[in-house]
Amino acid sequence: MEIEEFFRMDRWPNSYCPGCGNGIVMNCMHRAMRDMVNLDRLVMVGGIGCSARIDGYVFSDAIHTTHGRAIAFATGIKLGNPELDVIVIGGDGDIGAIGGNHLINAARRNMDLLVICVNNWIYGMTGGQISPASPHECMSTTTPLGNPEYSFEFVKLVAECGANYAARWSITHPFQLVNCLKTAFQKKGFRFVEVLSICPTGFGRNNKINEPAELYKFLKEKTYIMKDENRIAVNLDGKFPLGEFANIDRESYIESLKKIRG
Amino acid sequence: MREFLLGNEACVRAAIAAGCKFYAGYPITPSTEIAEAMARELPKAGGTFIQMEDEIASISACIGASWAGLKAMSATSGPGFSLMQEGIGYAVMTETPLVIVNCMRGGPSTGQPTKPAQGDVMQAKYGSHGDYEIIALSPASVQEMFDLTIEAFNLSEQYRTPVILLADGEIAHMREPVNVREEIKLIQRKLAKPGIVKEVWKAEEDGIVPFPVFGRGHRVYISGTTSDIYGYPSTVKPEVHEAVVRRICDKIRKNASRIWKYEVYNADAKKILFAYGLPARAALAVAKKHGNLGVFRPITLWPFPERPLGEVVKGKEVYVLEMNYGKMVAEVERAAYKAGAKNVEFLPKLGGEIHSVEEVEKFVGVR
Repeated sequence: MEIEEFFRMDRWPNSYCPGCGNGIVMNCMHRAMRDMVNLDRLVMVGGIGCSARIDGYVFSDAIHTTHGRAIAFATGIKLGNPELDVIVIGGDGDIGAIGGNHLINAARRNMDLLVICVNNWIYGMTGGQISPASPHECMSTTTPLGNPEYSFEFVKLVAECGANYAARWSITHPFQLVNCLKTAFQKKGFRFVEVLSICPTGFGRNNKINEPAELYKFLKEKTYIMKDENRIAVNLDGKFPLGEFANIDRESYIESLKKIRG
Repeated sequence: MREFLLGNEACVRAAIAAGCKFYAGYPITPSTEIAEAMARELPKAGGTFIQMEDEIASISACIGASWAGLKAMSATSGPGFSLMQEGIGYAVMTETPLVIVNCMRGGPSTGQPTKPAQGDVMQAKYGSHGDYEIIALSPASVQEMFDLTIEAFNLSEQYRTPVILLADGEIAHMREPVNVREEIKLIQRKLAKPGIVKEVWKAEEDGIVPFPVFGRGHRVYISGTTSDIYGYPSTVKPEVHEAVVRRICDKIRKNASRIWKYEVYNADAKKILFAYGLPARAALAVAKKHGNLGVFRPITLWPFPERPLGEVVKGKEVYVLEMNYGKMVAEVERAAYKAGAKNVEFLPKLGGEIHSVEEVEKFVGVR
């Protein structure tokens, strides 16, 4: 499937700032799914925020919901029609802060959803405030003295909750990301892909990393490809391991429901 | 078939008879039996029950299921209803058919979980943010819990809007004989024509927009953000927002006379008792006992049956009974004085007790 068929081209150009990582995420989504997705059967679900609007650029059915609730809406859609492929997309604030309760419970249920969390360490659309994923001591409009908190690693949390798939890559690892999205799309149960991304406008500006290229370098320096599993859900060393944190085939919620009903 | 049912059980029986295929909820007294009965009965009817992590998730899941084409319902009580308000606004804006049952208990806050009240009538209308209209129904018996649940589904499908069933906790928990009807007239939402839907929000002549069910190739984009008729967010043009808000409000306002349900007893009496839900039974008992009293009982609380009330109370004394410290009485005063009523008096009832016949007699001056 060509990129023009995959996206809603009548909405182009999109609303993202120059240098935003969402373009790479969208490109990787297309590369991962173009050969296997049926756009008539796909429902994209977004909450609130910049990356939560990616749902509206894919030319399938899509629903832009309330802040943090995308996973709960998606749960209803999937249970309403289990034949649908349901993908939730959103940022670190939407999925992991206000939506944190839905995230862990959907992972625990092993609900049949693919959740793509674009983590740019900041609230982008609302103007550069910290999220629970923001690095320790980073600057934001609500941490003018530096962030006193430590960052939450959703991918580890989700893996611990029993999700079938949990992986993290960054937009500086596009080929790994494409492969990871391919794997995640085809599995059952709860699948969580975290994509570390950049926000020059919100994160870069406040942290004196002004150029997108510098932010790519920053992202590379902050990440490493995981060899040993580091299973602490709160990031204390300030480095972000990349790779698969879970890849299992536990009975999914839909399978479990079918079995119980007989 | 006549059965002896709990109010909450009657609600579930009716919902399933109305074609409800999805229930997402979170247990809260005094609505919990609805969730429990749904968990038992819905799978037998080919539907899906899920206990979500909270009420916010519950209403969100119901909205999702409705977009997947199912009739969906949730039930809750005061604190849970508060949590649902953002979702209710979203359902209004996206014109999502949905039924929410609120078995009202005493508040504010955790208040009196096991006691009945009528404290949420204004929250039902104004609880979410922005301008909108809602439909809310008030049962006064277990039979009506059954009948109005069906009515709620029909209205929500017809007008593509969330409909709220406002039962007080006593109706939810009382047991009465119910005529469980087999023959039920059902209304199904008007569906979009097959193929890609470009004008997602273009209303037909009757003001209703056909519903594009997800997964049927319509490829629509739905958003709670103000959108143009193509479904694309358009947030800074006054004319776009005004058109959206006017349409979602007007489809209720302009059809109010079709939606209104109410009962009038002894309309010619000089003194009219106004009551809904359980207190209406005390009002009717007093009116029947003394003969020179009338009763106006709104069954549709929202949209408020202003015109029919005005016709009954013109030049008369109005006595309002509510199980709260003054909610609907303000609306009655507004409508009744506008229609030329002599005066409006209010008898609140707080604490989880119900109005006694003696209290009402004293209130209207017949004792």
